[in-house]
Amino acid sequence: MADSGSEDIAVIGNTDLTPSESQNNLKNTMVEKGTSLLKKMEISVAEAEKRTGKNAVNMQETYTVYLIETRPVDAASEGTSPVPDSLWRRYSEFELLRNYLLVTYPFVVVPPLPEKRAEFVWHKLSADNMDPDFVERRRVGLENFLLRVASHPVLARDNIFYLFLTEEKAWKETVFETGFQAKADSRIKALNATFRVKNPDKRFAEMKHYGDELQAVVSQLLRVRARAADRFYGVYKVHGNYGRVFSEWSAIEKEMGDGLQSAGHHMDACLQQQADMHARYAASIDDILEEEEHYADQLKEYLFYADALRAVCRKHELTQYELETAVQDLSSKKQQREELATGTVRTFSLKGMTSKLFGQETPEQREAKLKMLETQIEEGEEMVKDRNVECEEFVKGAWTDIERFKEQKDHDLREALISYAIMQISMCKKGIQVWNNAKECFSKM
Amino acid sequence: MSNGGTPRSLPSSGQKSIQEICHPLSAEESARSRSPDVLNPGEKDLSLPNGTPVDTSSPASSSSLLNRLQLDDDLDAETRDLFVTVDDPKKHVSTMETYITYRVCTKTTRTEFDLPEYSVRRRYQDFDWLRIKLEDSQPTHLIPPLPEKFVMKGVVDRFSEEFVETRRKALDKFLKRVADHPVLSFNEHFNAFLSAKDLNKRQGLALLTKMGESVKYVTGGYKLRGRPVEFAAMGEYLDMFTQKLGTIDRIAQRIIKEQTEFLMELREYGPVYSSWSSFEEDLHEPLEGVSGCVSNCSSALEELTEDMSEDFLPVLREYVLYIESMKNVLKKRDQVQAEYETKLEAVVFREDKKTPMPTDVEKCQDRVECFNADLKADWDRWQNNKRQDFRQLLTGMADKNIQYYEKCLAAWESLIPLLQDKQDAKGETN
Repeated sequence: MADSGSEDIAVIGNTDLTPSESQNNLKNTMVEKGTSLLKKMEISVAEAEKRTGKNAVNMQETYTVYLIETRPVDAASEGTSPVPDSLWRRYSEFELLRNYLLVTYPFVVVPPLPEKRAEFVWHKLSADNMDPDFVERRRVGLENFLLRVASHPVLARDNIFYLFLTEEKAWKETVFETGFQAKADSRIKALNATFRVKNPDKRFAEMKHYGDELQAVVSQLLRVRARAADRFYGVYKVHGNYGRVFSEWSAIEKEMGDGLQSAGHHMDACLQQQADMHARYAASIDDILEEEEHYADQLKEYLFYADALRAVCRKHELTQYELETAVQDLSSKKQQREELATGTVRTFSLKGMTSKLFGQETPEQREAKLKMLETQIEEGEEMVKDRNVECEEFVKGAWTDIERFKEQKDHDLREALISYAIMQISMCKKGIQVWNNAKECFSKM
Repeated sequence: MSNGGTPRSLPSSGQKSIQEICHPLSAEESARSRSPDVLNPGEKDLSLPNGTPVDTSSPASSSSLLNRLQLDDDLDAETRDLFVTVDDPKKHVSTMETYITYRVCTKTTRTEFDLPEYSVRRRYQDFDWLRIKLEDSQPTHLIPPLPEKFVMKGVVDRFSEEFVETRRKALDKFLKRVADHPVLSFNEHFNAFLSAKDLNKRQGLALLTKMGESVKYVTGGYKLRGRPVEFAAMGEYLDMFTQKLGTIDRIAQRIIKEQTEFLMELREYGPVYSSWSSFEEDLHEPLEGVSGCVSNCSSALEELTEDMSEDFLPVLREYVLYIESMKNVLKKRDQVQAEYETKLEAVVFREDKKTPMPTDVEKCQDRVECFNADLKADWDRWQNNKRQDFRQLLTGMADKNIQYYEKCLAAWESLIPLLQDKQDAKGETN
């Protein structure tokens, strides 16, 4: 586990991003206060830019880079605001960082990245990665990711993470130098293989099941929501058509009306006002759906978090399995030793059979075998001990993090629902106001 | 209504004799005597058979009286002396047919009626009879339209609650418009319709229809030289107005369609929150609450959409019929003018200037002027009604939308405390 050297940057002060964050429409997480890295530095993903360059196969490609800004906290509190340190990173580098964290801290529910490609889109939203709205939402998502990692009790102390924020050039090499890739590959292989644990831990099994259910239900929610947003958009847009026809109607009323009409009877003016109202009503849908999209992003984060949770459970299974395998290997080796020592064959082995068929071994051969077995058993016992420790540590670490995750999830989703409700309330109030204005106009007709 | 008799002043005109009232159109001709012949009943021309008493009226009587009346919004309850309502639809099943009757209630202080109150049952046929009688007996006036007579049997259920209610409202409107008309409301057929136990209409029906047709088309075939600007403008306006209403109808239908599809998605959306809540602990109540909220909003939207279908659209469509009636009156007027112009031309060519104008040409001229005046007055009345009707319609639409939003607002607002509930408790532990 890499240790962070961030303690050297001794800056005092508390960033306390939470209140401002929660009010800002774009920021959607309640980041834990007072954890190591955020106490010392402010982190943000300030901008996004398009770049072109040659890729690995020497072909021209366009990609987006994101500007990560960091600023020591104390400077802000002193009133002076120095120019923040900054560097550019592309999405693939974020992915690399996350993969590193996944491998290095397998017991942690690692915060997810914003989606690579736009999914659950409804027709108005573009599924194009280059679309400015998508890029903007991704920028917010990446910032959120960094803040989540920076506020995690374990992850925040990682040096590679720190370097990600501060070292532009050499970072990639440094990551690969940790050799995590090899570990990653072997892990992936092992995880992909089918294996069955003899004594599954009930808590983890339940957690995995929860992860499955959460993923399924949030997917469904996002899908239905996207379809509903489509229809909702349609309703508003058609209302816009009223705008034109009421305007035209107003014009013919105006032409028809004579000067004898008394002051209160201005049908044409009322109709024109109605036309304007409908036009504004139709236009308001864009803002409404932008806010709804923000809600969808909050849900998406937890959709991906569910995956991370399931990954931890799966890794636990693997750890458990490896322990069980080691225990089983040890016990079979011990049995072999016993058989060899007592001369009884209780377990079938090809060697045993052949030696029976082709004659007994010499005492020297037997001695040699026994010695080898002893060594293997010693190693086996060490292995079991290590794996036991691994397993215990994993369980402890994982369970702590899962508890932390549960609290965070409950808190964040509750907040998301509250914002959603507030948004609906605001929309209803606007609607009432708009129609009341219209009614007032009609009453003068 | 009685024939002849003492001059009777129409309501709201005070006790003045009609002749004292100046007709605005013929201000300079106020001295010109009117031939009472014009209004002799029974002729095959466009006179008022049993309408306004002969000696007291001038051809422009109805319009001048209209001008005396306050062309204000809703006639005050004090000035109105005839109230009519249509309600209580009932199904009647006989061996021959099944049909719906409506109760027609009348309250009045008019002396033309024997009783102050009446309650009779009428079916659509009877309303149609009345409309035809009115068209025949008051050809220079705009008769309000009836809702469509025929409905496609396979497509619309004639006995469904919605259809019957929509029709009832339209019939109610029809009678009210007649009752509010200063001339039509005194028509004897209208009186019979409101008061007679049994409408004795069968015998005269076929004959009357035929006569109606003859009245309609007797002046057909003449070419119109020049339509007065004001009538041309009316015609143009009506055409464009019809167009606009058609567009609004189409837009409203599209909105209904989109809203219905949106509603379908909402009905799926809410329950997902319920499913989610089933495997959450802390979030169980909040998610369940959101599900309930969405469900409430769905119901509110359903109501709003239904209202559009059942209230807004039918009234809009019926207005198109009203415009058609107005257009028909304009056409009739054109025909009367054409006949006059043609006859006049013939006379001018045929005889020298010394001979006085032949009577029938004079009659034509009077007819034209009478028609023009009546039509103008009816036009103003129509415009006024239109303004009121649309004010009511649009205000109704606004009200329904407000109700929808208020329901949704209440649902979401009640959710907030539920969502924040544990929040305060948790705030401590942080």
